[in-house]
Amino acid sequence: MKFLTDRKRAVHRGASNTGTEVFWGQAISAVGLAVLVPLFVFTFGSALGGTYEEVIAYYQRPFPAIIAGMALTVAMIHFRHGIQVVIADYTRGLAKKSLIIICTCIAYATAATGLFSLARIAL
Amino acid sequence: MADVNRGNRPLSPHLQIYRPQVTSVTSIFARITGVALLGAAVLVVWWFLAAASGPEYFNFVNGLMTSWFGDLVMFAALWAVCYHFLSGLRHLYWDAGRGFEIDIANKMAWGVIFGSVILAVLVALVL
Repeated sequence: MKFLTDRKRAVHRGASNTGTEVFWGQAISAVGLAVLVPLFVFTFGSALGGTYEEVIAYYQRPFPAIIAGMALTVAMIHFRHGIQVVIADYTRGLAKKSLIIICTCIAYATAATGLFSLARIAL
Repeated sequence: MADVNRGNRPLSPHLQIYRPQVTSVTSIFARITGVALLGAAVLVVWWFLAAASGPEYFNFVNGLMTSWFGDLVMFAALWAVCYHFLSGLRHLYWDAGRGFEIDIANKMAWGVIFGSVILAVLVALVL
């Protein structure tokens, strides 16, 4: 039995059931990453290859550490949105839901591990 | 919306019956590089975690990442970043409702392919 009218069901939603939220989140994080990723590539690239002492000293400085923290966090939010679209394209039902949950966990676990490591290096 | 067909919608993108074009192939590669870059992110986080854990573990992980194979993986990741970056800019341009003319879309696709290789080599040379 249908309690919702067709129009009511369509307004603000679409196939994802969340409207354009993921698309918009993806666009915001993409613009953020367009700035952060080049900064991260050059800071990380110049640190990689150094000795332990050099790397610790480098990432104890605020600029490289903040860039790394932000790039990683925004990248994982971007990944969470992006992979959700990918999963929704190729799977359905329980597989879709499970995969989205697993990938969301992976995204936040990766970001948290990175932020913890940066904090520990800084302290 | 006459029938409520939830959870049983057709899946995309029917690659078997779809003739590849440079625009669609570059779009597919944007997706592939995006997913693959999670692996790169995990590697980078592993390296940071190793640096936070002390010199011994750091030297082990750093040794792996700066070995010839590590260099190869890092260069592949760098190319994937460059590709996903340029291709992402293209998608943002499309999101703004521009660049849909076929010749412009084709030019942007080739620009992404060659641009990503050139950019990756340039960055690798600078660093």
